[in-house]
Formats: sequence, structure tokens, C-alpha cells
Amino acid sequence: MTDVLAIADHRRGKLRDVSYEIATAGRGLADDLGGDLHLVVISGTVDDFAAKLDRDGVDVVHTVSDGEEYNHDIYIQAIEQLTADIDPQYVLVPNSVNGLDYAPALAGRLERPIVTDTIGLESDGETLVATREMYGGKVETTVELEGPAVVTIRGAEWPKAEGTGDAEIRSFDVEIDDAALGSTVNGFEEVAGGDVDIADADVLVSVGRGIDEEENLEIIHDLADALDATVSSSRPIVDNGWLPKNRQVGQSGKVVTPDVYIAIGISGAVQHVAGMKGSETIVAINTDPNAPIMDIADYAIHDDLFDVVPALTEQFQ
Amino acid sequence: MKILVTVSEVATVEDAFEIDGTTIADQYLGADLNEWDDYAVEEAVQLQEADLADEVVTVTIGPEDADQTIRQALAKGADRALRVWDDDLADVGLLDPGTKADLLAAVVDDEQPDLVLSGVQTGDDSFGATGVALADRVGYQWAAVVNHLEHEFADDTASVRRELEGGVEELTDVDLPAVLTIQTGINEPRYASLRGIRQAQRKPLEVQTLDDLGIEGVDSALALTEMYEPESETDVTVWEGGADDTAGDLASLLREKGVAQ
Ligand SMILES: Cc1cc2nc3c(=O)[nH]c(=O)nc-3n(C[C@H](O)[C@H](O)[C@H](O)COP(=O)(O)OP(=O)(O)OC[C@H]3O[C@@H](n4cnc5c(N)ncnc54)[C@H](O)[C@@H]3O)c2cc1C
Repeated sequence: MTDVLAIADHRRGKLRDVSYEIATAGRGLADDLGGDLHLVVISGTVDDFAAKLDRDGVDVVHTVSDGEEYNHDIYIQAIEQLTADIDPQYVLVPNSVNGLDYAPALAGRLERPIVTDTIGLESDGETLVATREMYGGKVETTVELEGPAVVTIRGAEWPKAEGTGDAEIRSFDVEIDDAALGSTVNGFEEVAGGDVDIADADVLVSVGRGIDEEENLEIIHDLADALDATVSSSRPIVDNGWLPKNRQVGQSGKVVTPDVYIAIGISGAVQHVAGMKGSETIVAINTDPNAPIMDIADYAIHDDLFDVVPALTEQFQ
Repeated sequence: MKILVTVSEVATVEDAFEIDGTTIADQYLGADLNEWDDYAVEEAVQLQEADLADEVVTVTIGPEDADQTIRQALAKGADRALRVWDDDLADVGLLDPGTKADLLAAVVDDEQPDLVLSGVQTGDDSFGATGVALADRVGYQWAAVVNHLEHEFADDTASVRRELEGGVEELTDVDLPAVLTIQTGINEPRYASLRGIRQAQRKPLEVQTLDDLGIEGVDSALALTEMYEPESETDVTVWEGGADDTAGDLASLLREKGVAQ
């Protein structure tokens, strides 16, 4: 067992970036093991997907044509059967919302342990050493597990595989047990629409849970007005109903790349950072000098936002 | 309908902390009800208030100290609680999601709930895998990252919205019995009332050992071998001084960048 099987992620007709990143992660592990890297793409326009996935370092791309959109029971049955066929040491799955919907059940079916949300992977063939965060990114850890495993990888941690490879493209026939399909997808809805598109803003004044109370948001709006900037936020502010969904930056909200992103009372959890890491200049105002946001900030003020924000507003009045 | 809610007590870390071997030194750690589970408890209690559920039971894997967190869930309206613990578990360092799912599966076998609500993830180890792993072990259907649940169960199905990336939601019907992993924002978790807190003291909280669950020994698949503070990816400039000074520094930067001109 020296091979690696990595699963591609796609939605509504498009491959997601993590599909190319997982090829890089998978190649690294396959090199550690001295084996082949297999990708599989399941459901939808698989031939088109397979041609795109044929990048440097990929040995085989398997296609499974059953199904249109993601359905966890089809994914699990397909991967289970393919795993029985090629016997990979590691099955790599994107740590996406869909990845987290099937990987843990897949691990159960394969009777393998699972480690999720990894940001680094190494193996000597028997022991897998995975790097992952804990406590919302305050610390990094290494964990070890023995033998074959299912592993999910965090998006945007590995570079995308590039180039055009010479992978063999194999159509894999799966026997789907329809009786085991226990869920039906009825459609999709875009929910972050509305009058304001924070992705268009040059300057974002972004507020997080550090603001503590809804009424305190006033100082944030005052600052944004003074700077002629737009207000955005982390998730808890939207969860609390203090700002509409279209103001949320992050994995499940918007991806923004303003000239200046001012993160106020935001810790910098990975799902938030996924939406603002590409900002040109990142400023963090946070009482906690160890907050993960400091690891990606260009400028930082380790102080109370209730002191700094009004003082800053004053500078522009 | 009977609902089982998984409730975790998570470790919280103070701003300034020290690492001691492969853990954070005890004096910097606190404990809290897992944020995601708070929403799961609320959803279950709302289903009960809507007469769609007749019993809400919580289950927690954890030592006696976790009772304070379990009582919080009871104070918010759960009817009774189960806590799984055993000296054998205390010796296991980092419980992997598969092991947690094995323990919870034994409880599901005993309780036979129609619906299991679990948080999307725990705030400390953030595996985000236990709920779905549990569903597989007990042969239930499931949906991960649910941010809306229709309070109507026609034809033994649950209609949910799964929150995908990028502001897109998936509308899905899931056969019951099922495990749903609940996302923050699905509802507005209540604060426990004083009456609720008093009542919680009298609600049943039963402890189950591995023996009680018919499980022979546990062994985590994951060994935690290192813990360290991550390296900064940027060369961060930290402005020092009082708020007026630091605000002045930031104002200069913003002016330099042409903001508000
Ligand atoms: C599937 C999934 C999807 C998610 N999607 C998103 C998403 O799209 N966007 C998103 O943002 N999150 C998302 N999250 C949630 C994410 O994991 C975090 O929980 C969230 O980003 C935390 O928000 P926060 O930084 O505002 O709050 P916290 O993490 O609580 O941080 C608050 C910060 O404020 C600081 N602070 C407190 N008081 C003060 C003060 N007086 N002055 C200055 N600083 C202060 C604290 O030091 C702390 O760093 C998602 C999670 C999951 C599981």
C-alpha cells in the first residue's frame, strides 16, 4: 500500500480550487511512500473535470459518472469501491463543507481512523505525521497515526498543482445501491445578496465579537463614515443578527481583497481569514497579542478597541 | 419524537498562555459549553416547545467537572442528561473523532432517538467529524453544517439547509432517523432563566461507564506529539503607546494610502 487517493471537489459545474491543492498534497504523500497519486472525480461532467485535473504529478484520474451534484451516499459508495480496487494507504479529502459531510462516514465504512483539517502531512509509510491547529489557531500541533487513514486537508494551504500532466484517465464503474440513498438535494440558494457588495470596497472597517454588544457598533459605523469606508464583520456579528449576511467576510460569506482591511476585535479564525487574506494591507486592533489575526496582519495595535476606535475616528473629524 | 443532543465542554485559552509539553498549562485553561452545541441545544428545545419533540436528552463525554456545563444545557430546557466517563478515558490523551463516535453510538443504541443534533465542531480540537462518524456507526442518515431546519417532519424526513462556502445554501431532505450537525446562527440561543437554573439542579444526570455501555477499552487513533505557537506569516509592525499615539500612527498610514481624502 504505497498509493494515495485524493478526491476532487466540485459544485454546480465547477471544480473548486482545493481540487488542485489536494493534488499537490497527495503528490507529496505519494512521494513519501514511493507510490502513485490517484485522483477521483465523482458526479457531474466528469470527463471535462478529469481533463482539467490532469496536472503535473497526477498518475491516474478516475471518473465516476453516477449523479449530477454532490450526494454523500454516492460519494461514499464510489470511494469505498475504488479503495477496494486500488488499496491506497491514504485517502485525502478536502476539508470543505461537503468533505466534512462524507469523510467521517467514509472512514467508518473503510474502518480507518480519520484526522481532519490538516495543514501539513508527512509519512514514512507507516506513521502519518499531520500538522493541525487547535484552539481556534492559537497553537499548532502534530498528531501521529499508524497505518491506512482518511485525511482531510485545509484549503489554501498547499499550492495548486500546475501544468499539464500525462495522467491515465480511467472511467470507474460503480454499483450504486439506490436503497442506501437517504438524502435528496432539491436545490441551491444564494443568500448573501443585497444592496451592498463588500467585495467592491477599497477600505473595510471589519468588526468582530470583541465589540461585545450591538449598541457598541455605533463606534464602528462612526469610524467607517469618517474614513468613507464600508463596514463588514466576522460571523458572530451576523449570527447575532446585528449586521446582514452580506456583510460577513469569510468561508461562508464573502471573499474580499480591499486595499486596507481593518480587523477590529476579530481573532482571525481560519474560516474568517479565508475571506480576507488577499487584502493588500491588513491592520489588526485586538487586545490579544497572540490572536491568530496577528500572524497575517501587516500592522497591529495590541489595545482595547473601545479606546483606539474613537481616537482614530477623531483623527478624521 | 425523541432528540439526543451531543454537548461538549470545550477548553478555552486565556490571551497570554504557556505551553507545557503537548498541552496548554492548566492555569491558562478555562471551560465552556461548546459554541456550536449551544445552538444544537436551542434547536432541540425549540422543537420541544413546538410540540414536535417530546423528549430532549443530552449526552456528554467528559469527567465530573463537565457537570457544570451539562447543567447549563439542562437549564436551557433539556430534560435529562447522560455523561459518559471512565478512568480508562482519562488516560487517553487526545480522543479522536472515531473513538468519540464509538462511545456515542453505544448511547444512541440505548436511547434510540429519532433525531441527533450535534455541533458542527468543537471550539478546541475542531475536528468537525464526530457527528457524521456517529451517523455512520448507528446507520442513521445525516447532514453536516445545517443552518436551517424546517419545523415540520413530513414523511419521516427532515428538510434542512446546509451552509456551503461562499454564501450558498443547499436545500436537502434527509430521511429520519438522522444526525444533523448544527451551525451557529441557525437560531438565537437563549440565556438560562433563574427558574431554569434551579430546575436544572433537579433534572437527572446519569453517568455511564464503558462497562455500562458494553465497550471494552478505548484507544485513541491519534497521538498528540507536539504543540507550539505558530510562526507569523507576515512581518507585522506593532504600534506601541497609548490609544492616541497608536490611532495617530494608523491615521498616518491611512492618509498615506489615500484613505478619506
Ligand atoms: C463551517 C464554518 C464556517 C464558518 N464561516 C465563517 C465565516 O464565513 N466568517 C467568519 O468570520 N467566521 C466563520 N466561521 C466561524 C469562525 O470559526 C469563528 O468562530 C469566527 O470567525 C470568530 O469570530 P470573531 O473573531 O469575531 O470572534 P472571536 O474568535 O471570539 O474573537 C474575538 C476577538 O476580539 C478580541 N477582543 C475582545 N475584546 C476586545 C476589545 N475590547 N478590544 C480589542 N479586541 C478585543 C479578542 O481578543 C478576540 O481575538 C465559520 C465556522 C465554521 C465551522
